Amino acid sequence: MSAWERFVETFFKPAIIAQYWPDLLKGVLVTLEIAVAVVFTGLLLGLALASLRAYRIVPVNALIVVFVDVLRALPPLVAILLIYFGLPSVGINLPSFVVLWLVLSFVLAAFAEEIFWAGITSTPKGQWEAARSTGLSFSTTLAHVVLPQAIRLGVPPLTNRTIAITKNTALGTVIGVGEILNAATTAQSFTGNATPLMMGAIAYIALFVPVVVLGRWIETRFAWRRA
Amino acid sequence: MELIGQQFFNLEIMQKVWPLLLRGLGTTAYLCALVIPLGLAGGLGVALISLSRRRAAVWAAVVLVDLFRAAPPLVLLILLYSGLPFAGINLSPAVAVSLAFFLNSSSYYGEIYRAGIDSVAHGQWEAARSTGLGAVPTIVYVVLPQAVRNVVPDLVSNTIEVVKLTSIASVVSFPELLYSADMARSLTFNSSPVVLAAAVYVVVLWPLVRLVSRLERRLAAH
Repeated sequence: MSAWERFVETFFKPAIIAQYWPDLLKGVLVTLEIAVAVVFTGLLLGLALASLRAYRIVPVNALIVVFVDVLRALPPLVAILLIYFGLPSVGINLPSFVVLWLVLSFVLAAFAEEIFWAGITSTPKGQWEAARSTGLSFSTTLAHVVLPQAIRLGVPPLTNRTIAITKNTALGTVIGVGEILNAATTAQSFTGNATPLMMGAIAYIALFVPVVVLGRWIETRFAWRRA
Repeated sequence: MELIGQQFFNLEIMQKVWPLLLRGLGTTAYLCALVIPLGLAGGLGVALISLSRRRAAVWAAVVLVDLFRAAPPLVLLILLYSGLPFAGINLSPAVAVSLAFFLNSSSYYGEIYRAGIDSVAHGQWEAARSTGLGAVPTIVYVVLPQAVRNVVPDLVSNTIEVVKLTSIASVVSFPELLYSADMARSLTFNSSPVVLAAAVYVVVLWPLVRLVSRLERRLAAH
């Protein structure tokens, strides 16, 4: 067997690809579902926390700051293992995909809160005053004047952060979430061949290269400087 | 409530496993001391290649950077650690981890340096070259110092991510902090060691997280 044939046989064996692509595809769907759920809840929760912080209620803000700082300093895998293996011992059993979704949503929410909050604080004071003096309430000013600008300012820094956190869905394999990496390592142990791992890596790259390229485009498209 | 205290904040167990965790923390620190400089140097290399006049080199760098930014680091690590042995290449956990981190963090650091270099005004290049400085001294003495200064918050922020990411080395049995804590958890049937490890991560990284917030605010004020 030539070196090339051996390489193909090890990493791209057609028979294994034919047998396992449905499993991998199922993994892709699971990854997509969790990724979409995380982006949705994470960004929404981050926006809600940043808005809540704008009311400057001291004890609430202290809690928000602690939440955000802890989740920015804690490796997600530590939180995942802690919740997945810890909670059952106090009688709470959560399915593994729920644990993954919760942890990644909270992490994204923490980063999103910081970014939206930076946008809220960078809105010039005159805008608040102008809006309030026309008779808008504090909440209406926040929702209709300040937040639209804060969200717009937040898009470029949030894009890359969101992509990075979405890629962390691969951590789910450690607690047995059936996403791409899990499908690939399972198939690899059945076949004793590296082809499924290669398929998994290709699946991730096929999923995320467009997102990375789109992210780069969004960064330049939305780069927005206030005059 | 008592159950929670016993399962998550058991001081007796924490005390018992502390030496093990401390050794894990030492290994994490050692790993960081290896992969952060490697990533910073690799990233600088990637950014410098993107300044090259050879289009093929620039394109190759962009493709590689995007590939390694698209692949989750854990996937890269498992591919290197479990995939390469099939091709007869056996990497130890330490080498697999270092290599995966080098590929991943070089790409991220490279993008940050590149943004920094882009942020240096073109006139700086022209002024430096017109005073007779060569291309290399211009890059080293004029462009890079300003480029790096402009992206310090991003560099620190990415470094925090790299430190946090070292926890995935536990998946290939590299005995760093999380691995030690998880071992202790399975030995004691108690989650307190993992809570302790989480606390160690937060205590070590929290000052850096604060620093990044301050640096970002100061840069935004400019």
